Amino acid sequence: MLLNQFLILGAVLFCIGVYGVIARKNAVMVLMSIELILNSVNINLLAFSLRNGSVDGHTFALYVIAVAAAEVGVGLAMVLLMYRNRRSIGLDELSEMKG
Amino acid sequence: MIAADLLVAQNIGFAIIAAIMVIGALRVVTTSNVVHAALWLVVVLAGAAAQYVLLAAEFVAITQVLVYIGAVMVLFLFGTMLTRARIGVETDLNNKNWFMGVPVAVLLFATLAIALNDGFGDQRLPSDSPVVSTQQLSDQIFGPYLLPFWALSFVLLAAVIGAIVLSRRD
Amino acid sequence: MLAAATEMTETVLSSGWFLENAWIIPIIPAISFALIIFFGKRMPKKGSEFGVASMLGALVFSAGAAYQWIQRVNGAEEGAYIAPIVKTWTWWQNDGVSLGIGQHVDGLTVTILLVVAFISSLVQIYSLEYLRGDRRYTHFFASLTLFSAGMLNMVVAENMIQLILGWEIMGLCSFMLIGHWWEEGANSRAALKAFFTTRTGDIGLLTGTAVLYFAANEWTTKTLGVSGFSIRGLSSWALSGDPSSAAITVGAVALFIAAIGKSGQFPLHTWLPDAMAGPTPVSSLLHSSTMVVAGVFLVARVYPVFFEGLNILGSGANFIVIIGGITIVIAALLAFVQTDIKKVLAYSTVSQLGYMMMGLGAGAWLPAVFHIFTHAFFKACLFLGAGSISHSSSHHSFEMKKDMGGLRKFMPITFTTWIISTLALCGVFPFSGFFSKDEIIDNVGYAGYNVFMIVGLAGAFLTAAYMTRATYLTFFGSPRGASAGEHHEEEGHGAHASHDDHAHDSHDTHGHDAHASHDDHASHGPHESGWLITAPLIILATLALSSGFLNAAPFGHSWENFKKWVEPSAEVINPTGIAYVTGGAGEARISSDEPTEPVEGEEAHSGAPLAAASGEEDHSSEEGHHKSDCGTKTPVDGVCVAPQLNHAPFKWSKAGLSMLIVFAGMLSSWILCVQLYERKNKKLVGLTQRNKALGAGYKFLVNKYYLDALYENVIVRSIAHPIARGAYWINQNILDGIVNGAGTSAKTVAGWVYRNVDQKLVDGAVNSSGNAAQAAGGALQPVQSGKVNMYGALLFGAAAIGALILVIINT
Repeated sequence: MLLNQFLILGAVLFCIGVYGVIARKNAVMVLMSIELILNSVNINLLAFSLRNGSVDGHTFALYVIAVAAAEVGVGLAMVLLMYRNRRSIGLDELSEMKG
Repeated sequence: MIAADLLVAQNIGFAIIAAIMVIGALRVVTTSNVVHAALWLVVVLAGAAAQYVLLAAEFVAITQVLVYIGAVMVLFLFGTMLTRARIGVETDLNNKNWFMGVPVAVLLFATLAIALNDGFGDQRLPSDSPVVSTQQLSDQIFGPYLLPFWALSFVLLAAVIGAIVLSRRD
Repeated sequence: MLAAATEMTETVLSSGWFLENAWIIPIIPAISFALIIFFGKRMPKKGSEFGVASMLGALVFSAGAAYQWIQRVNGAEEGAYIAPIVKTWTWWQNDGVSLGIGQHVDGLTVTILLVVAFISSLVQIYSLEYLRGDRRYTHFFASLTLFSAGMLNMVVAENMIQLILGWEIMGLCSFMLIGHWWEEGANSRAALKAFFTTRTGDIGLLTGTAVLYFAANEWTTKTLGVSGFSIRGLSSWALSGDPSSAAITVGAVALFIAAIGKSGQFPLHTWLPDAMAGPTPVSSLLHSSTMVVAGVFLVARVYPVFFEGLNILGSGANFIVIIGGITIVIAALLAFVQTDIKKVLAYSTVSQLGYMMMGLGAGAWLPAVFHIFTHAFFKACLFLGAGSISHSSSHHSFEMKKDMGGLRKFMPITFTTWIISTLALCGVFPFSGFFSKDEIIDNVGYAGYNVFMIVGLAGAFLTAAYMTRATYLTFFGSPRGASAGEHHEEEGHGAHASHDDHAHDSHDTHGHDAHASHDDHASHGPHESGWLITAPLIILATLALSSGFLNAAPFGHSWENFKKWVEPSAEVINPTGIAYVTGGAGEARISSDEPTEPVEGEEAHSGAPLAAASGEEDHSSEEGHHKSDCGTKTPVDGVCVAPQLNHAPFKWSKAGLSMLIVFAGMLSSWILCVQLYERKNKKLVGLTQRNKALGAGYKFLVNKYYLDALYENVIVRSIAHPIARGAYWINQNILDGIVNGAGTSAKTVAGWVYRNVDQKLVDGAVNSSGNAAQAAGGALQPVQSGKVNMYGALLFGAAAIGALILVIINT
């Protein structure tokens, strides 16, 4: 197997995730796109770990999974709060920062 | 050389799974149904778990299945239902100027592809490397990487408390 | 993870269970703290029983350790190096760096352990009565117990990280306890001030530890097999000749800045008097006898680092001795203009801490440590005495001029203990202060710092004078204000009315019983306090009287027990004697069972008497000090753990001189007080209003040398405000301006062009350029849409473009 095939797969997923973050309005969908990005990072970590013959990448892949779980928990709590206050989870309505 | 490698079963497996994952990922960001998006995400995550197995990372793959597909997806579905998003087709899931994402993503991918091709060209992965055992992994986590593990446990604690504080009705 | 690396230190030296397990001492109050927090409110005594019991337990353990340490020293050869009892476990590690936690027990450790555990026990017992019915009674005991845990942990610390841990816990508890009655604005301000001021110094602690670690780690790992954080590693490294002078000087100065902050040395002493806003037991425990000596302890703990880094005993004055000397005098002068009895004692504490620092700076390590020991007893006694007065006689006021006077008749026990402690503080023979303070002054002069010896004597004069004034105002003359039976209902007594108000509040909230007993106080006038208050006073006064005899230099060598027990011997020793590896990956332990042997040839130094200029050759040779080269030359074939220090031979003539100075101070102050406050001598009363020079001096002192004004108005304002203003300005003008400004300035330009060039160019060209500019502004404005997605798109797009440029450049 080539190293690059995994890296390119990671890159494709990453870019799709970025597209999702930009294009989606629904907050839950944005969170899902972020999950895509995190998974592409994990694929990279494990590919490099195999190439270098070390276990470090595995360790950090696990840490990334844990952080992602925390992120989803807090993110969804924020979405719930947002829904409760505005009856909507459209990110385009959160524009108090408009310049 | 490459042609010979393509015959290896691993490569065939990779290609099939990768194709499914890319299609699934594209559906996640394009579908107009939130629940469908979540289910497509399951496909992508399961594919990622399969790729981890290919990369000799069994424990991470199992964790991926347990944590992501098991827990995170349930959270997503709960989040979708609690916010009473319509379980069905929605027309306004995208931003007004969603097309901004296309050039950015394409540009980003082009950059990455050039850089990766340039940097790692035809480097091969060792085909006979042993599967990383759980014991090796635990020695790493509770040995040299104990401090990040601690930090992580604090992050999780903070996330738990934060999620409770944010979402409770008071 | 607790890979225990226990070891027997030596076959020769005796040890014992209490010594081997001194690390348990801080654990006891730590557990008790948790118990108080979780179960305290449900207990019959509201958690105070946990606090008192844990402190008594810690006291028993400390006493056991002290006893066994004395056994260990007595069992060894006179003047031999007594190895500390060290234990370490790996606390945490991360790729390459591993930090230990454990104990480093030597004479200094057991001394301070004993003092802290003892004073804490007495203060907690005292607080049972003093804070009865307080609204945050449980929290008070929790903080007090946590403080003890922190301090004990700092004292037994095996390495600097553990020391910092304890140090910061103390800082936190100090903050919580000063602000115990935080409903009063003044109290919470005082707490914040104390916290921020000591934090300013703590920057030095972190910096110094880091600098020393990076400078020392390689040497200590190679030579001793311990990390560059460990105290024994740092001590021997400093004297090894390995350190570059820049690194060790920077490290020592940084650490000393931490000591300045914590121990209230000039110019960071301003927080300590304000810290008296806390309850009196807190002032007694934290802000006079234990916590504030942490800075002094730090200097004494890694003394070799300061010895080498600041060139102690070198030519000329060094940083420590200068700061100490300045602190002695300025704090003593400030004590004269205070009317609040606790503030007098606070400035007295600052001044006495200055003595300790000056002693350390002049190589008088032992007298300084001994002064920590004696000072703790008499200063705690004075503070508790002040608390006793306010609790029982002056209706919770600390104002000497308004609410005290003539109390000696009403409070005989408080009065007697106060007088004993005052005499000890002034350094009158044979009270304990004499043996420690005079030794410091003596040794400072002996080491050649003549100017600072005079400073020390002047400080002794001032100390005697201000303490006489305080004693006169409190106990003599006629009763005034509250102590005369007047019942204040008004709320305002300046800053310390808080205590007064507080008492009312708490009694109101805690039902009828408490209130009734409170009324008793008022109706019966001044009276002696209950036994829970007087018993600690009596114990402390007894020790203030007698503790000096532990190191009574005047009576000959056989009385200098404290020196024998505590002072580390300056010998060149085999590095393996102190080399225990901290846990580590392989739990490598470098031959720790090897007994410590003095290096061959060491004996040649022994018996060489100190070059004492005096005629008392007999005395100095009797000292039996091994004159070693530690601190002066690079040790060969071994390491030094303590520098060779000299001891001034005791002379009655010098002691007599300082005694005369002290009595002169007392007498002149007494006469002045009688004239001023009793006879109301016309010449003296109001002198500061009439005489301009004196008035200016008085005003200067009342305003505390304008240091607070300097810090708050000049430094804080000149640093913090410009930063805030600058940030605001950037926010207003740059961040907002970039986008909107791009549009508007383009519009302005366009307008300017329109007005000025219009006449000369074709209208259409002008209009189109103006429109283009407007369009540019308009196109940029949506960028600040406030939408998260848009920001994400910009972020990733910019990153992609930047990365693309990098890729193109590199390929």
